[in-house]
Amino acid sequence: MDNSMDTTLDRLTVQITVNGQLERREVQPRQHLIDFLREDLGLKGSHVGCEHGVCGACSVMLNGKVVRGCLVLAVQADGGSVETIEGITKSGVAADLQAAFIRRNALQCGYCTPGMLTAALDLVQSRPAATREEVREWMSSNYCRCTGYQAIVDAICDVLAERAATTKAKIGAEK
Amino acid sequence: MSHTETALPPISEQNRYIGKSVSRPNAVRLVEGRGTYVDDIDMPRLVHVVYWRSPAAHARITRIDASFARLMPGVVAVVDGVEMAKICKPWVATLSHLAGMKSAPQYPLAIDCARWQGEPVVAVVAETRAQAEDALQYLVVEWEPRPAVVETETALDAATPVIHEALGDNLCFTRSLDTGGVDDAFANADAVAEVTFQFGRHTGVTLEPRCQISDFNPSEKRLTVHHSQQAPHMMQDLYSRQFGLPESNIRVICKDVGGSFGIKVHAYPDDFATVALSIMLERPVKFVADRLESFTTDIHARQHRVTGRIAAAKSGEILAFEIDDLTGIGPYSMFPRTSAIEGNQVVNLVGGPYRHQQYRAKLNVVFQNKTPTCQYRGVGHPIACAVTEALVDAVANKLEIDPLAIRKQNVIRDNAYPCAGASGVKFEGLSHEACLEKIALMMDYPALRAEQENLRKRGVYRGIGFAALIELTNPSAAFYGVGGARISAQDGATIRLEPTGVVTVMVGVGEQGQGTEGIFAQIAADVVGVPMSAIRVVTGDTDVTPYGGGTWASRGAGIGGEAVLQAGFALRKNILSLAAVILKRDAETLALRDAQIVDTSTGESVMPLSELGRIAYFRPDTLPAGVTGELMVTRHYAQRDYPFIFTNGVQASLVEVDVETGFVKLLKHWVVEDCGRVINPMLVDEQMRGAVVQGIGGALYEECLYDDGGMLQNGNMADYLVPMAAEMPDIDVAHIETPTKSSVLGAKGAGEAGTAGAPAAIMNAINDALRSFNTAVYSQPITPEKVLRALGTI
Repeated sequence: MDNSMDTTLDRLTVQITVNGQLERREVQPRQHLIDFLREDLGLKGSHVGCEHGVCGACSVMLNGKVVRGCLVLAVQADGGSVETIEGITKSGVAADLQAAFIRRNALQCGYCTPGMLTAALDLVQSRPAATREEVREWMSSNYCRCTGYQAIVDAICDVLAERAATTKAKIGAEK
Repeated sequence: MSHTETALPPISEQNRYIGKSVSRPNAVRLVEGRGTYVDDIDMPRLVHVVYWRSPAAHARITRIDASFARLMPGVVAVVDGVEMAKICKPWVATLSHLAGMKSAPQYPLAIDCARWQGEPVVAVVAETRAQAEDALQYLVVEWEPRPAVVETETALDAATPVIHEALGDNLCFTRSLDTGGVDDAFANADAVAEVTFQFGRHTGVTLEPRCQISDFNPSEKRLTVHHSQQAPHMMQDLYSRQFGLPESNIRVICKDVGGSFGIKVHAYPDDFATVALSIMLERPVKFVADRLESFTTDIHARQHRVTGRIAAAKSGEILAFEIDDLTGIGPYSMFPRTSAIEGNQVVNLVGGPYRHQQYRAKLNVVFQNKTPTCQYRGVGHPIACAVTEALVDAVANKLEIDPLAIRKQNVIRDNAYPCAGASGVKFEGLSHEACLEKIALMMDYPALRAEQENLRKRGVYRGIGFAALIELTNPSAAFYGVGGARISAQDGATIRLEPTGVVTVMVGVGEQGQGTEGIFAQIAADVVGVPMSAIRVVTGDTDVTPYGGGTWASRGAGIGGEAVLQAGFALRKNILSLAAVILKRDAETLALRDAQIVDTSTGESVMPLSELGRIAYFRPDTLPAGVTGELMVTRHYAQRDYPFIFTNGVQASLVEVDVETGFVKLLKHWVVEDCGRVINPMLVDEQMRGAVVQGIGGALYEECLYDDGGMLQNGNMADYLVPMAAEMPDIDVAHIETPTKSSVLGAKGAGEAGTAGAPAAIMNAINDALRSFNTAVYSQPITPEKVLRALGTI
């Protein structure tokens, strides 16, 4: 058989900072970011749901923005910085969201949860004044078959309120 | 409205967790992305399988040429059905208590003929999944199309081809039920309503697709299967029998399962094929379905056409129901639970909440060349409830009686139990009247009606819909065992005191996100007398847990929970007996609270549990002769008092129909549910909400659409619509608690009632909104197009 069939021969080197650690790896140009994270780096926290960009289970942060790991190629992340649920957990940046998800039982099987939390983190950081309706709208990027979404919305609204109260208290203290 | 504590008396001496909204301990790893789903597992020499699946609804396979595929990089094996059939026996999925039911032998990989789009035909195994998928492109399979049986309405016509010639026709199962007196009831009725309902095929869309790793060790002929599955012991038994291995050689492990809903309680052809490959190759083989495979090979459900009639007197008294149900199940009955159960349930459940005595039903279950159907969350309940409740509304409308009033008038009285329904189903104790009272208060029904009236004057069309329901839970062996299916109706719990005083609980019922392990920890902690933090629950491993049925038919809490309760009582008793020996006191004067042996008269600690553990395990030499600490006990429970323990509930939906566009906006949903003793109100509420939304999906959005040739048209998540956060309403949940007397725990199931009632409540609400136009929609999913057609706009 012609060697051109062997796509494994065709590799490019990428340098991607993943959860703060610089990774230099050879990847196939066709490899998706989510497969790079899961298969090559062994970061199993981000999940593969639909593989066509609808369900949001593979959501990760790329250069500070939420992307779907199944719609981005690993080579597109070359030179960039990726945060997965493992890094998000370790940094504590979503600790209040994670606690609220547990308190509200905003997860059942947990398969959507890392992607859901990533989308929620982006929301609470970028839209600190979001209304409940806006939370529902925003979180429609991610599919959950178990919860019916209400507990997820409740958990995020709790965190928005908590963060707003903290910010207000800080401003008050500074004054 | 939610998170109320149970009002029932406690069942344990120290009641700290049962009945309370306690967070699930296993949620922590999941929010940190540290769960272990099957695809997360890697192992040495692991290879990956992909399947060449039938591209047509019905095809004769004429040639398979794997010579090019075998040359592709990384390819380990290409295997067809003939080769695989040498080590795996075919199966025929029937149940003997469903009289006359038939199906055809089915193989892991189709041989000569494929009978639905997606049926696996050839396995391609390679070192990576990408390599297997690459090689699949070079596999040559020649096939000739055969006429496909697509429509259920003509499946039994003489002119329609027969899918399995040996069966003679396309009829899988038929059933008739007649109480007698039905014709008289209809003849004497003041009002009769007749409706033909259509229910679209839909599927579970678990976010984690079906997946497994099969690992065969030839030296000991030992098979280990990591499976995303609800019933590990059932799979152990099936692998044992189909492959001729002793069941003790087979270990099925189910760690985290990414959603199940009944999709993962069946034995699929590719389950057996993947196991066969690991036996042939003597190395671990991983299969993970992609999304198209999920849509074409996960079981579908709910394709029914039901014609229903209801008879009522002028007073509003319901006199009789009659239904004729036709359902299409694909080319094979699904193994091992069979595909006739759903239709059978529809027959059993129609009219369930009501007092009428006359009922007649006819059911035809037919084969067709579409994806096989089988039990999916709710199993027949959503159909039966929608038919029943829409007929009740239709006849109430004719008699100009309020929908809530006619339900209050006709439900079986709360003091009438135990009793039987018209279909013959037995009820231990239900609370329809209390539930209807409660929901009317929750939703402020009179105010909603007034608001509806006012808005209508302004051209805003809101509707209110009710659905009273019954739900089958805590099944006895009557479901499967009596029909010959080797699916355990019993479940067990083993509970062990560790030397440090922590407690390990091993249970046959597993976790797929419902919170099962959480409630087992609550029960064990309360009953033994230790904090929940001292409990570790282990499920999902046939080598470790007691034998059991697993998760289905809303049995986890009621059956598994009772086993944990009984095991916990037994361990506590053994601990206190040993403590009495060590302390040289009467056991009656001792209790176990917060992991301390306490004096019951003073309430003060006399010995920590860890000290008892230390003595029992490390210093048994200090104990009197003949005394041994039995600090690990196992108890089993099977519900044997009734065929099923029914629950009941009522749901209400408030919707707004845009009569210009046909779009339906869900404004609010209410649920009152009686699942007996509530072990964890938060978890029950969340089961209700999730299930309601799954029911809403079927009512408004979800349908597997096929063309005339039996080809699925929307096998992706962009075209197959599922509920997302923005469209869903807030759902208020409240509880009535009528504990079952068939167990000490008194818990009934809560997992499926939401799905059972929501489609009916939504449909009734939409038709209530459309009432002033004298039209109605009875075809689910209720799309904007169907609403506009009903309105005559298009």
